[in-house]
Amino acid sequence: MTVVSDVAIRLAGAIGAKRVVAVPEELTTFAVDGITPSVIARPASPEEAAEVVRFAVAEKLAVLPLGSRSKCELGMSPERYDIAMDMTAMREIAHYDPGDLTLSVDAGMPLRELEIYLKEKGQFLPLAVPCFESTTAGGVVASGIDSALRLQYGTVRDFLIGAEFVDGTGRLCRSGGRVVKNVTGYDLHKLLIGSLGTLGVITRVNFRTFPLPATFGGHLAGFMTGQEALRHANILENAGLPLANMEVLNPSVVGMIRAILQNAGEPFPAELEQEQWYVYASFEGNEAVVKRIARELQNIARETIAKCNRVLEITEDEALGGMLRESFEWLRWASPANLICRLALPEVKPTTLTDLAQSAESSLLKVALLVKAAGIVYFAVFADREDEESNLSLEKIASSVDSIARAAHGYSTILHAPLAVKKVAGTARIPANDRGLQQRVKLAFDPSDVFAPGRIVGGI
Amino acid sequence: MKSVLGPANVLDKPEDLLLYEFDGSVEKGRPDVVVFPHTTREVSEIIKLAARYEVPVVGRGAGTGLSGGALARGGGVMIVFARMNKIIDVDVENRRAVVQPGVVNLDITRAVEHAGLYFAPDPSSAKSCTIGGNVAENAGGPHTLAYGVTTNHIAALELVMPDGGIVRVGSTHGDAVGYDLCGLFVGSEGTLALVTEITVKLARKAEAVKTLLAIFETIEDASQAVVKITASGITPAACEMLDGWTLRVVEDYVHAGYPRDSGAVLLLDVEGLLESVEAQAAVIEEVCAKCHAREVRVAKDARERDLLWKGRKNAFGALGRVAPSNYVLDGVIPRSRLPEALERIKEIGKKYGFHIGNIFHAGDGNLHPIVLYDPRDAGQFEKAIAASREIIRACVEMGGALTGEHGVGMEKNELMGLLFSDTDFALMKRIHDAFNPDSSLNPGKIFPLSKGCGEIRIKNKETAGTQP
Repeated sequence: MTVVSDVAIRLAGAIGAKRVVAVPEELTTFAVDGITPSVIARPASPEEAAEVVRFAVAEKLAVLPLGSRSKCELGMSPERYDIAMDMTAMREIAHYDPGDLTLSVDAGMPLRELEIYLKEKGQFLPLAVPCFESTTAGGVVASGIDSALRLQYGTVRDFLIGAEFVDGTGRLCRSGGRVVKNVTGYDLHKLLIGSLGTLGVITRVNFRTFPLPATFGGHLAGFMTGQEALRHANILENAGLPLANMEVLNPSVVGMIRAILQNAGEPFPAELEQEQWYVYASFEGNEAVVKRIARELQNIARETIAKCNRVLEITEDEALGGMLRESFEWLRWASPANLICRLALPEVKPTTLTDLAQSAESSLLKVALLVKAAGIVYFAVFADREDEESNLSLEKIASSVDSIARAAHGYSTILHAPLAVKKVAGTARIPANDRGLQQRVKLAFDPSDVFAPGRIVGGI
Repeated sequence: MKSVLGPANVLDKPEDLLLYEFDGSVEKGRPDVVVFPHTTREVSEIIKLAARYEVPVVGRGAGTGLSGGALARGGGVMIVFARMNKIIDVDVENRRAVVQPGVVNLDITRAVEHAGLYFAPDPSSAKSCTIGGNVAENAGGPHTLAYGVTTNHIAALELVMPDGGIVRVGSTHGDAVGYDLCGLFVGSEGTLALVTEITVKLARKAEAVKTLLAIFETIEDASQAVVKITASGITPAACEMLDGWTLRVVEDYVHAGYPRDSGAVLLLDVEGLLESVEAQAAVIEEVCAKCHAREVRVAKDARERDLLWKGRKNAFGALGRVAPSNYVLDGVIPRSRLPEALERIKEIGKKYGFHIGNIFHAGDGNLHPIVLYDPRDAGQFEKAIAASREIIRACVEMGGALTGEHGVGMEKNELMGLLFSDTDFALMKRIHDAFNPDSSLNPGKIFPLSKGCGEIRIKNKETAGTQP
């Protein structure tokens, strides 16, 4: 009898054989950064999830809770990973009060299903995140991934009102509640955002929901240089117009988007044939509001002498907006080996863009740049093969990008990289004293280090 | 203390300390010494000194808090941040300001309004409360309905830990790297660390504002209107309710123009682009009419708007004229349960023989029942506490929470068991102990001192001061 099945048998004894999988082919699909777990636990209730954690604590095994596994490469490689806790069997809507605009759902509920459900009541969750089709409600919280609607609705932090989870002692805990305003006790659920499964097993999340806008629109402005595009974006940001999203696309991003839409037979703005810089803005509201914003954006584009100045058709806007929501997804699969850095800066200056482009110049690798709203930049570098040489180039670039971000009084994190590069470069750096505080949080939630140790930056 | 800060920055005479025994709540707790640091370094020195003598420390802003958060429940050193009141930096371009904790809430807005910006959280005490206190309590206000409470507007913090160490959490731009420590410290009621510098996010003033006063014959109709406005998908910037009795008290004092013969009024702000404001106001008028509103007035200009809001903002002063004391409660319910909640409050008032007024943030279900009582009558005070306990219990039963914006402090720590289990407490306690292991910072707050939650006890300094 192998060790693998031994663990599986004991776990099956704890939560029932139906909830335990140890088929090798399936185990490999739960690998994270090349580490394959010994067993998969698929709890159907918070109590079963807690049972798995207590089992792992007793057996000194490491657990990693997972949703659809679409973004489990985020974060550092786990130091230990024995049990994959697959949360997708828990997918009930526990509570939905459309009149109160509050929602409570199991962690394994896919956002896509939730969208359909909420739409019936004319509501939605403003979580326009990559891998939208598969992402779960728990996964979107644990991954802390960017939402394309941030400009208008904020991040998940702004509308997560409570959570239930299993802590590292194997007990069910709750924080927050189901009301939109609440200061009862510590906001522990905020700590779960971006925690990558290292603090607890999220079993249920409570959100504030939002009314679906009556209508929406999109505008595209094209420029010959990044400098002009940034200037236009800057004017938009300070025009006092409520925008849902705004992104600056460099020529290679434009080429990639066009190719994907073309292959899929989807409508795309004809202007994207021109590989230049574009500023995309989307907006929503009632008919009058959307018309007015579209008009003003056209006026601004006239002043900034945009080469392209066009209000998009609804179908074009949906296609382009959808592509930008998924940018993380298509950027990471665009080449055999690549690096995606996410920079957060007080302001994005033209010099930042040139510095970034220069950081990859000597490597002769192709780059892509996407300036998202709120000072966030995605910078991707593509290698056509993964070998020592390309890894070395990517490592060097990652290090330069980090310096560029710091020099601009911001910071950079790695969203995607070949494993070897991630191991050397780390995913981010955090100040030393901050790290100490983070460690204390981890220890309080997870005293015996049962949840995938080492995943958080700084190896926590 | 005097050698660290100079004698002018230390109070230790009983008659001086008396002033710091109270805050805006019904609680009490006298410090042994009150100090006024000017710098983060001084705060750190004081904490180290207090730690050496094992004396508890509590931070305090303007003392306007309503849950006893800034009271020295265990005696000890009270650090008053009133003299750390500098606005250190304003970055208009990137909409950030760096401020010291003693800066008054409204002064942040005053410093940036020339650029069309403001600090969104607007507690009723905005003219006097400090940003440090706002951060500690995660303060709200009428306009947090659309714009979020304090935590949604804080980017980064400088903290002094209970061992005197100085750390920074959060990031001026972007999101947290690693765990969201800033999100944890905001609203931790001074039980984890003391805040010595705050980076706030500034909001841009809306292009258009419209203020509406919807007048109803009954409070039932007014609360139905709130439910229907919420369900219609409109988020007003503010949606406040005053019941008939309260609005008469207010009107007699402020003369804001609230009709004295009405059963309840809703005071609403809608903000945004002109086109959206017009449309929202139209829907609100329609919904109110369907809910039998007698009239919906729209303020014609800024003067009329200010007058309508003056009534709301000075309500508590007005109440001071009709009873020796009032106890402002703070509970939250799902907004769809508002009519039922107000009915329950009325019944509970009857049971205990109080008239309970209601002036509150109706739009987010944040109730503020006001119990008028005479503090000189011990029996009345006990009854007021009992009534308050029953109201909060009713909120929780309806799916709500203990506090929407005032905090737990020493007012509701014994009620925490209504909402949280022993395992929830165990984790919260581990988080508490991870940062404040000896309970030297603000002891006796948030966590219940008794096992379970049988009795509310208002403890004084002599009987309190130990953490479980």
